[in-house]
Amino acid sequence: MRKTKRFAALALTASLFVVAACGDDEEESTSTEAPAATEAPAATEAPAATEAPAEGGAVSACEVTDVGGVDDKGFNQSAYAGLQQAEADLGAEINLLESASDADYAPNIQAFVDEGCDVIITVGFLLGGATAAAAIANPDQQFAIIDSDANDDAGTPDDFADDVNLENVRALNFATDEPSFIAGYLAAGMSETGKVATYGGINIPPVTIFMTGFLNGVNYYNEQKGTAVEVLGWDGTEGSFAGNFESLDDGKKLAQGFADEGADIIFPVAGPVGLGSSAYAKEVGGIRIIGVDVDMYVSNDKEKEVYLTSVLKNIDAAVFDTVKNVSESGDAGDDYVGTFANGGVGIADYHDQAGDVPDELKAEIEELIAMFTAGEMKAS
Amino acid sequence: MTAATVDGSPAAAPEQKPKLVAFFDRIDAYNNLLLPVLAIVSALIVGAFIIGLTDIDRLKEGDIGGILTTIKDAYVALPTGALGSLRGISETIVSATPLILAGLCFAVAARSGLFNIGATGQMFAGGMASVWVGFTMDGPGIVQVPLALLAGIVAGGLWGGIVGLLKARTGAHEVITTIMTNYIAGLLTLWLLKTEAFQQPGKDNPVSKTVSDKGRLPELFFWSDDPSLRAHWGFLVALAGAVFMWWLFERSKIGFELRTFGSNADAARYAGMKPATLTTLAMFIAGGLAGLGGATQIIGTQGYATESFAGSIGFDAIAVALLGRNKPVGIVFAAFLFGILEAGGRKMQLETDIPLDVVLVLRALIVLFIAAPALTRLIWRLKSEGSTSVLQFRGWGA
Repeated sequence: MRKTKRFAALALTASLFVVAACGDDEEESTSTEAPAATEAPAATEAPAATEAPAEGGAVSACEVTDVGGVDDKGFNQSAYAGLQQAEADLGAEINLLESASDADYAPNIQAFVDEGCDVIITVGFLLGGATAAAAIANPDQQFAIIDSDANDDAGTPDDFADDVNLENVRALNFATDEPSFIAGYLAAGMSETGKVATYGGINIPPVTIFMTGFLNGVNYYNEQKGTAVEVLGWDGTEGSFAGNFESLDDGKKLAQGFADEGADIIFPVAGPVGLGSSAYAKEVGGIRIIGVDVDMYVSNDKEKEVYLTSVLKNIDAAVFDTVKNVSESGDAGDDYVGTFANGGVGIADYHDQAGDVPDELKAEIEELIAMFTAGEMKAS
Repeated sequence: MTAATVDGSPAAAPEQKPKLVAFFDRIDAYNNLLLPVLAIVSALIVGAFIIGLTDIDRLKEGDIGGILTTIKDAYVALPTGALGSLRGISETIVSATPLILAGLCFAVAARSGLFNIGATGQMFAGGMASVWVGFTMDGPGIVQVPLALLAGIVAGGLWGGIVGLLKARTGAHEVITTIMTNYIAGLLTLWLLKTEAFQQPGKDNPVSKTVSDKGRLPELFFWSDDPSLRAHWGFLVALAGAVFMWWLFERSKIGFELRTFGSNADAARYAGMKPATLTTLAMFIAGGLAGLGGATQIIGTQGYATESFAGSIGFDAIAVALLGRNKPVGIVFAAFLFGILEAGGRKMQLETDIPLDVVLVLRALIVLFIAAPALTRLIWRLKSEGSTSVLQFRGWGA
């Protein structure tokens, strides 16, 4: 009898944790999905620093995520999609390390340097300092970083103000203020309460550039139409921030706060935090959300009906291009800025809400996009 | 902690028991050693199931062999990643260092009868004080480094001392006040990092000025010029902290009073000890240790402060202290185990398809099994002790 009891205790604990582990999202398998066939067996591998990279000409590309994790339905996932495309099209060997806290950035990058990755892609502004330090210490290692230029001599997290240009780092930046401007214009045209809102994850340039673009888009609409649509959550210098990129709960609370103040369209620029706002919008109804980074109508299927559109930051294309450069020439390439003109940024389809958007507004949006593409319009 | 849990209970009824247990019964450190080991083994077994069950693709294909290989790879990667190379060892030490100090912080308070979950806030206080010393001074190192560490101890100690004083004077429960002081310290740090006095010039995000080179703790592996060996003398500082705690509770008069007060406040009062002073002092010492942990993190590992430099260390430290049974040696070993899980977890992610979340679940499982000794005993059919309580805290308002 004791035996069964013991087994029951084990089974109970196990099942409890399985539920806990899988409970929060069924899309968890993104990282496990990666075909393991190409991977070398772990046991035989010595952790020597000089180990040769992939044999037989296959390029190896490795990603270090920020704390959002690879299943953030945002930029970490988008960068990984670029790697998966490289795996499919170029036969690249890809690998991934997720960071649990910002203390993980430096050792995660170092682990890939040791593995002999041909190019290491670090996702996000917050990895700027660690990437710069690693690039200086390993001048022969190719890096690419998203949302930062990692050009820093102090080894601290960087902003866009430049110190030193590191030859072995390709900076992948995006003029996301352009599509955010469009989103702001659209939101202003669609709002019935005359109030729209935006908030960020934390107050750093790659986040606030969206919010500023959005604000400017709304103001431009007001100028053109003589309306007075109000933006909550950002005034150009100060605004609402979740303080993190993880807590869905914070996203829910922020959305609730904005809704209480009368906003009916919300543009979260906070990675997974924004998913909390989508969940809230679905729960209460009558609130539209503008997705960020990827087409959230597609990536966040279970709340797709709340998305008016999404501001696209085509990180996957930039990452794929980087891996392609490395596989062809061994060099990651020159710094990159994604714009409407080169397809690095964009605005998603209206999908289910297309019927709600007046044709006149649609035409104006098309016109604005054309102006941005031609370089006749500035977002900030 | 009482004497009963330390010595085990040799006079147990001679009921029928498995040979293995009978063998361990004879070992003196039975309770202190066997339970944590069995907890870890249990966690690894349950962890193996979780690794298998979350490997949905292989599960669908019924590829049991592949799943077993993944589990084997994962459990091989864990120790080799953490201990298989000098860099692995270095990373293990880097992770363990602040955990030792924060774990000592929890243990000092716990053995004085206080449930201090404010290590995070105390680390923030200590770290910010030490970073200020770090970037305002410019050597010589022999003065600046000890001064920065001292600043960390004092700031962390004061931050903890406030909680002790509140408890002593007003009876405010330390669980609530430490949670609140954690928030205050975290937000205060964020605000400070945005002020001109602290913020790195030319930056928009909250990051402090960099600690001058002379003010950094020297590298532990000084003979190697590999910059990626990040371990620093903070580790020695942490070990010194452990020795200090041993001395405090085993050799000093104050420690004796704290311990007495911790196990029976009424008896201590009756014996003429001053509860108010002891509570404040215990929290000051605890906070000082955590503050020292924050300081080593700043002038050792990072070199600058961000708004999240304390991370989850303050809370992991509670598990470390429980796992180490609130003894200095136990805490050092427990912190090492956590360091191994962290450094090895990286290798585990690298070598297998296991997502980070599962690595974190594995760590949580170990803590769970350790925190629930009854469960571990049930699984391994160990006899139960007379007193199973690892910690004794006084109730609300006591």
